[in-house]
Amino acid sequence: MSDSRLRITESNSVTQVEFVDRNILDEVNIQAISEEITGLIGLAEIPRILINFTNVDHLSSAALGALITINKKIKDKSGELRLANIDPQIYEIFVITQLNSLFNIHETADEALEKFAG
Amino acid sequence: MSDPRTRIPDATIVELSSQRDEIRALVEKIVDLADEAGYSKSSTYAIRLALVEGIANAFEHGHKSLGHDAPIRVEYSISERVVEVAIEDQGTGFVPAELPDPTLEENISNPRGRGVMLMRAYMTDVTFNQAGNRVKLRYEPKN
Repeated sequence: MSDSRLRITESNSVTQVEFVDRNILDEVNIQAISEEITGLIGLAEIPRILINFTNVDHLSSAALGALITINKKIKDKSGELRLANIDPQIYEIFVITQLNSLFNIHETADEALEKFAG
Repeated sequence: MSDPRTRIPDATIVELSSQRDEIRALVEKIVDLADEAGYSKSSTYAIRLALVEGIANAFEHGHKSLGHDAPIRVEYSISERVVEVAIEDQGTGFVPAELPDPTLEENISNPRGRGVMLMRAYMTDVTFNQAGNRVKLRYEPKN
């Protein structure tokens, strides 16, 4: 998967996803990312996914939409999605759109990992 | 261009295709010009985001039934005092006042419908023409 847009690691049955790109803005890129994460959700019986936004500088509303769809797919399989390391400027977008109330958002990946159910 | 509220005098005019590299290059060009004109990082962040949202809306919604080949028109003018960008598609337009509020409980899980809200949050003014197929983004840095 040389053209993967994600770095994926697994620890304590949590799949941690980081982005290769600093800017997650355009539809083609977002669609590729969504498909990869949807693939990960499909593989897990109960998906536990941490999306780590370290290194991400820019996020568009289309990326927010993809996160909403991913969250729904994970919930449909009784799984958990947590987000971490969101840059303050990007977090502001979550606040403006009030999506900070929809997602479980943590300051650090370690903090998020601790919160995953047993 | 009958609506004076969305007109930009002496603007640079670009016909923009839906090619992602072309879009990215234009967005970065406008952001670089703002950077060179002395705009702060938070200002260029706001300008980039609003541009991305405006251009995405023009192709995804404005050109929904026109196919990928139809270009949009982008006009921009950058000074130390103000950045103005107009984005015009060839579609039939929409009524901004009819956009549902994406923060309402019944809409919060809808993956779409936040672009105009973000443009309005980050720009000083967002003005649509009467037809609803042209938007003018206006950004004045806060001092």
